[in-house]
Amino acid sequence: METIDLTLIWLGIIGIGIFMYVLMDGFDLGVGILFPFAPDDASRDRMMNSVAPIWDGNETWLILGGAGLLAAFPLVYAVFLPALYIGVFLLVAGLIFRGIAFEFRFKASPASRHWWDRSFNIGSTVAAFAQGAVVGAYIQGFEVVDFQYAGGAFDWLTPFTVMTGVGVVTGYALLGATWTVMKTEGATQDWAFRISERLLIGVLAFFVVVSLWTPLSKPFVQARWLDGIAWLWLFPVLTLAASFWVWRALRERRDVVPFVGSMVLFGLFYLGLLISMWPYAVPPDYTFWDAASAPGSQLFLLLGVLFLIPVILVYTAFNYWVFRGKVRDGDGYH
Amino acid sequence: MELDPLLLSRIQFAFVVSFHAIFPVFTIGLAAWIALLEALNYRKPDPVLEKLSQFWIKIFAVVFGMGVVSGIVMAFQFGTNWSQFSFAASNFLGPVLSYEVVTAFFLEATFLGVLLFGRSRVPPGLHLLAACMVAIGTFISSFWILSTNSWFHTPAGVELIDGHFQVTSWLQAIFNPSLPYRFAHMALASFITGGLVVAAVSAWYLVRDRNPRSSRIALKMTVVMLAIATPLQMFVGDLHGLNTFEHQPMKVAAMEGHWETQRGAPLILFAIPDADAEENHFEVAIPKLGSLILTHSLDGEVQGLKSVPAEDRPPVGPVFWSFRVMVGLGVFFILLSWVSAVQLFRGRLFDSRRLLRVISWVSPLPFIAVLAGWFVTEIGRQPWIVHGLMRVEDAVTPSLSGGMALTTLIGYISVYAVVFGAGLYYLRQVILAGPDPIEQAHDFDSARPKRPLSANPLNFNGETPAAEG
Repeated sequence: METIDLTLIWLGIIGIGIFMYVLMDGFDLGVGILFPFAPDDASRDRMMNSVAPIWDGNETWLILGGAGLLAAFPLVYAVFLPALYIGVFLLVAGLIFRGIAFEFRFKASPASRHWWDRSFNIGSTVAAFAQGAVVGAYIQGFEVVDFQYAGGAFDWLTPFTVMTGVGVVTGYALLGATWTVMKTEGATQDWAFRISERLLIGVLAFFVVVSLWTPLSKPFVQARWLDGIAWLWLFPVLTLAASFWVWRALRERRDVVPFVGSMVLFGLFYLGLLISMWPYAVPPDYTFWDAASAPGSQLFLLLGVLFLIPVILVYTAFNYWVFRGKVRDGDGYH
Repeated sequence: MELDPLLLSRIQFAFVVSFHAIFPVFTIGLAAWIALLEALNYRKPDPVLEKLSQFWIKIFAVVFGMGVVSGIVMAFQFGTNWSQFSFAASNFLGPVLSYEVVTAFFLEATFLGVLLFGRSRVPPGLHLLAACMVAIGTFISSFWILSTNSWFHTPAGVELIDGHFQVTSWLQAIFNPSLPYRFAHMALASFITGGLVVAAVSAWYLVRDRNPRSSRIALKMTVVMLAIATPLQMFVGDLHGLNTFEHQPMKVAAMEGHWETQRGAPLILFAIPDADAEENHFEVAIPKLGSLILTHSLDGEVQGLKSVPAEDRPPVGPVFWSFRVMVGLGVFFILLSWVSAVQLFRGRLFDSRRLLRVISWVSPLPFIAVLAGWFVTEIGRQPWIVHGLMRVEDAVTPSLSGGMALTTLIGYISVYAVVFGAGLYYLRQVILAGPDPIEQAHDFDSARPKRPLSANPLNFNGETPAAEG
């Protein structure tokens, strides 16, 4: 096995898995974040129906990410979860409350329905914020002694992580808004177009702040960008280009391009983050290779995953194809 | 008072895992029952069978949904509260749990939607295939989970190097010595749990003269199954106990309430174990029988708790009592299913109102028996997290404070209370409404949803939409 770097392969698999999760659960969490701002109850019904058949498949990627991390990069699992202890609880509680809202909202009596609306909205927002805070905490780094987290319960909660948390809430909201543009018509779509533009500006503002704040506080990130690898600067340029693309598509009231463009934007943020943090899995001390599990364990799981992930992707694609097109008012649950 | 993060983490894990466990143990049995109904209906289409299956699919959907939600919590517990353990055991734990996600979640996620909403969309053969795949998926899932769990009790195929478990043989680690017994014991427990709930609900309808045709079919099938499965469970449980006696003698000593190592050990029926005095009070015992059961010889030697230092013994009382609850309920299930089977073959089951009334109240009991069984094996594993290799106090997250552990414990209890209160309320409404009358077949999947609970046309107040009567 000396010729193949299993750790690198696993980094690719986990990286793609997390990105799939961010994109897919991102837009359905975003729908939940935007829920109270929708113009009327009919719009809320349409928005919920547009994600109802697919959201649980989307969340399976999170579970795969968790189990895959334990298998391939146990140090990440064993440091991140204790360090983010309270945040993880909020994430899980948020996901539970929004999950059951799908089940109960349409069965609730009209008098109690607003409770499930609130459960869906708050659950989605808290889960998205917690995920953003995880990203912030990753950039921030962890106090680790002897491969175990040694910091306090709220070390992760800093102005920086609050900012990344709100940033991800805004970003997911953009994905949710452009998804709504793609899946609805009429008044709901008009509203989604309007709010998408504002969210795009918000997302770009957070992008600029994070891009300045991170290198200023992390010397190794600064060195990465200033040490003369010229092609790296393609990423900020591409990010601006993609933003312009999304903005123009919104102005031209295109159906699909804003959502696709927003996903591309997320892809660029994600790559930019990886480039900045490379090769650290648990900054500031441990690289992905330090954090890796035994080669035998990586190989044992790899054999199954190489076969099963394509099958899962085919099923997921099929599922999206079955539920393609605009949501219409008759498409509900009732 | 000093808050102990170790104790609070143990309570938290026991709480979330107990809560989670009651859902899969029910859905595994129920999935197999639904697959059987679908197969019978496929071979010889019968509207009664179809409505019966449809009704239990609704129940399945609700319970499965709750199992999934509580399962998400489990995915994070090892990392948040037991980080030293997850790090040390990651080489085994990570791949095995990942295989559960990719082999079982995939099957269930794919075919659940078809099972719930696809009856009128796909050919009958494909619908039957979906039912079978969901049933198989639940089994694959439980295989991986029980393999992991068994490895805690009878670790094999690993070497402990610098506090890190390295896998030396995947085959030995996955098929570790207690897996076959635990798997058989749990599979039967799932069938018995599913069977008793189906029997109870059917008997409840029969007592009230509701849906007599489908309820008679369901009760007949489950009584026959239970009459075979319950004694078989006693036999498998005994084999599992002998396996435990070989690998974890202190657990068996706590189960039996044996303090002294002795030849010709008695079988203690009742006692109040006293850990401080290291003896039992008010003991009622049958001489020699303990040795006979465990060693198959009247004066075989049985190790007692005092053969190891006090800090290496499991808490005796909870293990001792949980074991008696489990066995007591198991004996009751055998008696009940045999009496019912005898009445069935005499052709009198459906006229035995008193018996039907008793059956209609048994639903909670298999869950109590299953949890009692888990308490025996998991409390009996103490003080080890991995038997003989790693102690629980070395497994807990070092940065975890008592306050943090208490906060999340209260948090999980509150979240579960809300979520599962609503879920159980809803389940009750489904059962009160009963299967659809055969004459008024309707198609509730005219829309396109594929969410589990949405398989149900009831609204939250238990009112069926008018068309369905």
